[in-house]
Amino acid sequence: MSWGSPEAFFAMGGYALYVWGAYAVAAACILTELWLLRRRRRTLERAPSRSNGAPGSDRASGQT
Amino acid sequence: MTALGLAPVFAAVIRRDLTLALRRRSDVLTTFFFFVIVVSLFPLGVGTQSSMLRSIAPGVVWVAALLASMLALVRLFASDFDDGTLEQLALSPQPLVLLVVAKVFAHWLVSGLPLVLVAPLLGLQFDLPAGALGIMMLTLLVGTPCLSLIGAIGAALTLGVRGAGGLLALLVLPLYVPVLIFGAGAVSAAVAGMPVSGHLSVLGACLLIALVLGPWASAAAVRIAIE
Amino acid sequence: MRLNVWKYASPPAFYRLAGNLAPWFLGLAAALAATGLYIGFFVAPTDFQQGESYRIIFIHVPAAWMSMFIYAVMAFWCAMGVVLNTRLSFMMALALAPTGAMFTFIALWSGALWGKPTWGTWWVWDARLTSELILLFLYIGFLSLHAAIDDTRRADRAAALLALVGVINVPIIYFSVKWWSTLHQGASVSLTRAPTMAATMLVGMLIMSLAAWMYAIGVSLLRARTIMLERESDAEWVRELSAERR
Repeated sequence: MSWGSPEAFFAMGGYALYVWGAYAVAAACILTELWLLRRRRRTLERAPSRSNGAPGSDRASGQT
Repeated sequence: MTALGLAPVFAAVIRRDLTLALRRRSDVLTTFFFFVIVVSLFPLGVGTQSSMLRSIAPGVVWVAALLASMLALVRLFASDFDDGTLEQLALSPQPLVLLVVAKVFAHWLVSGLPLVLVAPLLGLQFDLPAGALGIMMLTLLVGTPCLSLIGAIGAALTLGVRGAGGLLALLVLPLYVPVLIFGAGAVSAAVAGMPVSGHLSVLGACLLIALVLGPWASAAAVRIAIE
Repeated sequence: MRLNVWKYASPPAFYRLAGNLAPWFLGLAAALAATGLYIGFFVAPTDFQQGESYRIIFIHVPAAWMSMFIYAVMAFWCAMGVVLNTRLSFMMALALAPTGAMFTFIALWSGALWGKPTWGTWWVWDARLTSELILLFLYIGFLSLHAAIDDTRRADRAAALLALVGVINVPIIYFSVKWWSTLHQGASVSLTRAPTMAATMLVGMLIMSLAAWMYAIGVSLLRARTIMLERESDAEWVRELSAERR
């Protein structure tokens, strides 16, 4: 498959909005997921561990 | 003291739930009037052209029935959960599954059956032919118990949870989709003069599956909630 | 030395294993995605009917497959948790859910963007897309129910029951929606039917699916680790871990 030029590649035969729109949103979702996960992990590492003596006591984990 | 037989306990639970429901008549009537109002709102929203109303009537009535059923479901276990009766039911020698069936049946009698009875009147608002009205009643008669049985699972899962009403809707509406498709589909077919036996058979199958699996899942959910 | 799988049912052991494996899975995912996208954009030819718009399948189909696969795996771990009563099984299910929901969303979004140039409308009520939408609701329901219940043990079990009820319903929902869509659209409109799909297109799609799978495993392992830390924050092994880090 040879695209004539970089412009042809980005134009995607006129379907640029659809094709790149789909991939852009997919990439954004994946990056967001990874970023949110990292942020969740960082928050955990920064917060002091709550030692009220009961093992396994915790808050409901409903975050992404 | 001899253990009570299954049938008397079953009947007693139904009788108790009915008595309690009739004491709180406003709850029951609210669901009923919600159904009526929602159905009546649609022509106001979409216009009064006869042919269009006739084509949307099955869907409108069925979706309204779904929503009304969900409104009512919050009450199914909640008050028993709050005052500890539910725990007693779970601890009793009778299988919880059967007691759940009894509760769901009583619940359906006061919240589902009225919808079945009033639906033909509402169908007239949409200019449905008599044959279709009959099919509408029949599909609701088979479908609303289905909704109650499936919905009971959601009601049990969300016991004592904040925002239970909205969460219940979110959990249960996707599970309602097959019932909606075949219930409304049957009525649409009747309006178009096409055979409805296929839809009704599937709807009946849905009811059987819901009857066999639903109470079992609901009982499991009740146990999870009261542990 | 016999491999004792059960040892990994213990959070600290699994934590270490997951930490070691996750980067490999993510790395593999990246490599596979690069390969798949290269094939998809530079090897696979232009489609005769759909022009270049068909290239969306390289993200749409893998996302859709993963959304369904992850739900099944999630339900599996829920079942394991209920049967074996292992904390970790529930944590694994909870770790999988957000990724599954994400893939469902990607499948829906890319499906809409594919539908517009192909069928003319942004939303096509075909069986697969509609079922995907309902699947998204099932995922959101699972996560919402878990988040709404404060007691973790109860939350785990309630959400597990919901997932199991859902997994039984998914085929029923799919078939009823399929029947409904053929009724309302005449000829079945399938966004993923491509009987004349060139071999290169198929290969690209399969490689992207593998990439999505590896990514899902990697991210879920990482999330499971985070959930473990959150829940076991008072346990000995977690305290040792944070002491090590300082």
